[in-house]
Amino acid sequence: MLILSRKEEESIIIDGNIVIKVLEIQEGKVRLGIDAPKEVDIFREELYKSIQEENIQAAKTSVDIKKMGKLFNG
Amino acid sequence: MKLNTKNFGKIEIKEEDIIYFPDGILGFEEEKQFVIINNEDEQNPFHWLQSVQNPELAFVIINPFFVFPDYDIILPKSAQDKLKIEDKKDVVIYSIVVVPEDMEKMTTNLSGPIVINAEKKLGKQVILDDDRYTTKHYVFQQRAQDRSV
Repeated sequence: MLILSRKEEESIIIDGNIVIKVLEIQEGKVRLGIDAPKEVDIFREELYKSIQEENIQAAKTSVDIKKMGKLFNG
Repeated sequence: MKLNTKNFGKIEIKEEDIIYFPDGILGFEEEKQFVIINNEDEQNPFHWLQSVQNPELAFVIINPFFVFPDYDIILPKSAQDKLKIEDKKDVVIYSIVVVPEDMEKMTTNLSGPIVINAEKKLGKQVILDDDRYTTKHYVFQQRAQDRSV
């Protein structure tokens, strides 16, 4: 992993078109501003991972959806 | 064409039924093609999202509005572009269901809906950064609440 030190108001540039700027550092939190092309998806990692994990759980699901439907109609 | 499926063995599908997911589905990024196997029973809201390449990979999906009528998706511009959405009418939304042993405790993921452009046959799992939604909403609890209101 590349490690860089940045102060408030300083930025890094990735691949010439993604800019990540440190806006504020306070009480153990860092606020980042990100400028990137709109086709680049940016998410908090924990959200991304929670969806990934949920999908992996869902893929293990082996059920009879006829029975599941009966839960609605029963 | 014939398609091997997890739940129905070999079935016949039309090539134009195949939906292309350029980014795959999170955790299954290499799976780019899926078909929706609709439930024949119109009263049953559950359907299957079946991978074309991998017969063993299929997700139970539901129309989220059936369970959560107030579900309110704001599609990010990047997703609209990737799905080449020109007309709202072409958009179909599903959410993936996880079914534990006690079926009544099944949950659905409202943070990561499956958004499909039915006209262009493009699909994407969209991540909603929205505090109102999580990856685990109880399908039946919600309905119980609705009935008691």
